Amino acid sequence: MTAGRGTEKGAATPGGAAHAQAGAAGAPPRRALPAVHMHRVGVRFGDATVLEDVSLEVEPGCFLAIVGPNGAGKSTLVKVALGLLTPQQGHAALFGEVAGAHPERIGYVPQLKTFDRTFPATALELVVTGLRGRWPARVTRSEGELARAALSRVGAERLQRRQLSRLSGGELQRAYLARALARRPELVLLDEPATGVDYLAEHDLYDLLERYQADTDATVVMVTHDLAAARYHADRVLVLNRRVHGFGTPDEVLCEDCLERAFGHLGHHHALAI
Amino acid sequence: MSLAGILQLAFMQRALAAGVLIAVMAGLLGVFVVQRRLSFLGAGLAHAAFGGMGLGAFVIVSTGLLASGVGLLRHPLWIAIPFSLLAALGIAWVREHTRLSSDTAIGVFFAVSVAMGVLFFSIIPPDVNLGLSLMDLLFGSILSVTGSDLLVILSVTVVAVVFLSAAWGALGYATFDDELARTDGVRARLLEYLLFTCAALVIAVSAVVVGIILMAAYLVIPAASARLLARSLLQMTILSVTLAVLSTVLGLALSYLIDVPSGSTIVLTQAALFLVAAALPRR
Repeated sequence: MTAGRGTEKGAATPGGAAHAQAGAAGAPPRRALPAVHMHRVGVRFGDATVLEDVSLEVEPGCFLAIVGPNGAGKSTLVKVALGLLTPQQGHAALFGEVAGAHPERIGYVPQLKTFDRTFPATALELVVTGLRGRWPARVTRSEGELARAALSRVGAERLQRRQLSRLSGGELQRAYLARALARRPELVLLDEPATGVDYLAEHDLYDLLERYQADTDATVVMVTHDLAAARYHADRVLVLNRRVHGFGTPDEVLCEDCLERAFGHLGHHHALAI
Repeated sequence: MSLAGILQLAFMQRALAAGVLIAVMAGLLGVFVVQRRLSFLGAGLAHAAFGGMGLGAFVIVSTGLLASGVGLLRHPLWIAIPFSLLAALGIAWVREHTRLSSDTAIGVFFAVSVAMGVLFFSIIPPDVNLGLSLMDLLFGSILSVTGSDLLVILSVTVVAVVFLSAAWGALGYATFDDELARTDGVRARLLEYLLFTCAALVIAVSAVVVGIILMAAYLVIPAASARLLARSLLQMTILSVTLAVLSTVLGLALSYLIDVPSGSTIVLTQAALFLVAAALPRR
C-alpha cells in the first residue's frame, strides 16, 4: 500500500467553484485529453439543487477521491460522469467525448445496496457482464478465461461458481471489482465501494486499485465517506457539498477550514483524518 | 376414452395447441415479471383486458359491427388489445415519472378497467349474442378455442418469442441492475416500455382463453417454481417455460378426466409443481 501518494505535487484550486485541475502525482506533464472534464455542471431534482456550478478536470492516471456529507451530490456527480444523468447546466466529458459515449473505456463499481440478492447468478456471470455488456446466456471459453483472470487479479478465483446470494459483502465487492476491471478500463469509477465491507476487505480493495493503477496507468475516481482513505490513497481530493468546497492534494483540502465549510461542522472522525 | 383418444378430438387439439403457446409466452415473460417484482402486473393487465373487452363489446354492439361479415371485427379483442397496451404504457409511465410504486400504479389501472368492464357489459342488452360470455371471460374457455383464435395466439406467440429471445441478454442485465446495464449502453427505459407492451399483448390474447382471474397464475407460478430450482437466469428461463407447458398439458388432461373447468386444473397443477420445487433441497 502506498501512503500519502498525493502529497508531493499538485495544481489545485481549493475552496473554489471555479475551474480546478488535478494531475497524477509525480507524473510528467501530459498532453492527453483529461480523463474527466466537467464544466459548470448543475443538476436539480424538482426544486432541490443537487449540484451547482461544479467544474473540475482530472488528468489520466490520477486517483481522485470525492468526499462530502450525505446528500452532497457525490453519487449524482458519478452518474453525470457515467452519462446516466444529463445535467441541466454545463456539460461533462470523458477523454474528450461526451459522458456515456464509450462505456467500454469505463469500469464502474456501484454501491452494494443496489444489488438484488434474489437474482440467480454466479460470480463468473457477473464478471462476464463487464466484458459483454449484456447478461450472458452462455459464457464462451474466451469470456470464461478473461473473467477468471479478472477474478484471479482481485484474489477471488475460488468464487467463480458461487451464487451471488451466498457471497459476503467483501466477496461481493471483489466480484464487482473484477467485473469493472475485466475489460481493462482506462477509468475506474467507484461509488462508496467500502460500504458494508470490513476493515481488512476495505484495505484489500485500496491495494487492488493501486496495483491496477500501477499496471495500467488508469484513472481512478472514488466516492467515499472515509476521509482517512482519501488522505492515504488519493492523489487528489474533491470536497463536495452541492458545490466544490475544495479541490487539490489531500494536504491542501483535508483541512479544518475546508471540511467545516463542506460538512457544516468538524466531527471527531473528520478531526482524526486531518 | 383413453388419453390418446382424447387427442384425436379436434377441440382438444386446438385447446392443447393454444395452451402450449400461451404457456411458452407466459413462461418466458414470467421470468422478467417475477425477477422485477411485478407479479401484480399480470393481474392488473388481465383486468385491463377485461375493461377493454367491455369497451370492445359495447363498440361492436352500438356501431352495428356485430353484423359485419369480417369475423375479427365482431370480436371485442381488437379493441381490448390496444386498450391493454395503453394501460401497460400508462403503468410504465406512472412508474417512471411519478413517485408511486408499481403496485399503486397497477392498482389504479386495475380498478378503473374493472369498473369500465362492469359498466359496459351491464349496458349491453342481455339478448345480444357476442359469442363470448362474461363467465368465459372471467374463468376462461380453453376448450372452445376456434381456428381463428389459434391463429391470433400463434401470431402473438411469434412476436413475443422473437422479442423476448432477442432482448433476453439486455433485459436480463437491466433486470439484475438497471443502473449498471445503462452504464453499458443498455436502453433500459425503452426495454421496460417494450416489455410492458409485450406483456399487454400476451395477456390480452391469453386472458380470453385462460380467463382473467387465472392469467396472473400463468405469469407468476411457473417462473416462481423455476426460480426455486435455477442457479442461472438461463436455467430459470428454460425451467419456467418447461413447467408452464407441463402444467398446461397435465392440467388439460386432468380437466377432461374429472370433468372440471380446465383453468382450475392447470393452475392447481402449476401450484402442485411449485410445492414440489419448494420442497426439494436447495443446492
